[in-house]
Amino acid sequence: MDAEPIIVVRVGLDDFDVGAEIDALQAGDPAVGAVASFVGYCRDEGGRLAALELEHYPGMAEAEIGRVAREAVARWPLYAITVIHRAGRLRPGERIVLVAVSSSHRAAAFSACDYVMDFLKTRAPFWKKEHLAEGVDGDWVKAKAEDDQRAGRWGDKEG
Amino acid sequence: MSREPVVIRYFAWVRERIGLAEERLALPATVVTAGDLVGWLAERGEAYAYAFEAPGTIRVAVDQLHIEQDEPLGAAREIALFPPMTGG
Repeated sequence: MDAEPIIVVRVGLDDFDVGAEIDALQAGDPAVGAVASFVGYCRDEGGRLAALELEHYPGMAEAEIGRVAREAVARWPLYAITVIHRAGRLRPGERIVLVAVSSSHRAAAFSACDYVMDFLKTRAPFWKKEHLAEGVDGDWVKAKAEDDQRAGRWGDKEG
Repeated sequence: MSREPVVIRYFAWVRERIGLAEERLALPATVVTAGDLVGWLAERGEAYAYAFEAPGTIRVAVDQLHIEQDEPLGAAREIALFPPMTGG
């Protein structure tokens, strides 16, 4: 792990290719023994939702995810982290977020992926608004206390 | 002590309730902390009072960094106010 870990953060409207992103993390490097990834999708909430509208704070969203990724890199021996978060209107079944992490071994990769996802949820400036199947605007999604508790597990000052 | 106007940005339901995505405001010297700002904004009219009716839930970022409500705003160029985040 002599080289500086590579952190890639992308926020935008475009979908992403999960397989290609995971392959890029391995990138033909024989030192990489593990890539752990998380993909979050838009749910239909039992048929209630037509779409989610994702609003974000451009600039800060990328910066905050970058800060979380750098904390993960400081905490575990990682080669690379890729985080992609989409914005705009997403329908049920569409991908919202990817976190993928490469390391020599699985424990660091799993933990770092979990950590980045926990703090992305509580610190990255994104907000979801529901659009209901009946064609009307729904409410803004409420933050869950459970997400704060999950982030608190890591014992960080931010948690 | 006069201060330069700063850009105040609003997101999600804070933006919808106020009816503005951003505005430039000269903050009075009495507004020192992020919490002071939330309290001062809440006095600006009905829409603001509605947006900030539960001031404790409001999150504040100064120059794109989160701060707590008891922390000073400092020499901010851009201040954002928004609800708890729901990304991921």
